[in-house]
Amino acid sequence: MKIVVQDASFDFGAEAQAFSDAAKGAGAVVTFSGVVREADTGAMAMMEIEHYPGMTEKALEKIATEAVARWSLTDALVIHRHGRLVPGDQIMMVATAARHRMAAFEAAEYLMDYLKSRAPFWKKEILEDGRAKWVSAKDEDEEALNRW
Amino acid sequence: MDVMYFAWVRERIGVPKEKIETSASTVADLVAELKSREERYEAAFSDLSALRVALDQELSDFDAPLEGVREVAFFPPMTGG
Repeated sequence: MKIVVQDASFDFGAEAQAFSDAAKGAGAVVTFSGVVREADTGAMAMMEIEHYPGMTEKALEKIATEAVARWSLTDALVIHRHGRLVPGDQIMMVATAARHRMAAFEAAEYLMDYLKSRAPFWKKEILEDGRAKWVSAKDEDEEALNRW
Repeated sequence: MDVMYFAWVRERIGVPKEKIETSASTVADLVAELKSREERYEAAFSDLSALRVALDQELSDFDAPLEGVREVAFFPPMTGG
């Protein structure tokens, strides 16, 4: 299991390949990557991601450990960036490895649902005209946890 | 104890972290004490339903006791992913 929180960008292809190469005994590897999209209103120049150093790593480790146990994963990976990003940048990725694909898919969805609402990250959109707005948490993101 | 603020809570209070001497027994008592000190705390803590709290880096709630706690953090609901 690998948890990385960093401001630098990462190579999604290389991380996915290394994760897959190391997944001995797994029949399925699922990867997901999150990308910075344009703001819903106005042109977004930048996205700032703030986090809580220390708690972030602990929260991600707890979430990943639960996923590994619940779906008998052979491995799990979470990479999440913080700092300043622009539209098109990769924000984060998760990867899961399991003996069968259903477990790998479900565990990846679980990781995503939980890290959206339980890992201490906060996104701020900075528009081209200089206005800035903190992204609000969505009710549907909180409700998504109920299915687990 | 160390009290930390993140996102718009940090912006409203004006500092990311401060040391607070308090005899508050719960998180809610600490919030009430801070709100009575200065306007900027009132602005940050006006709607507790819009806030989350972590005690020693674990999510907690406003009724939780503060005894033995070294680090309290206040922040809005998280928006990772």
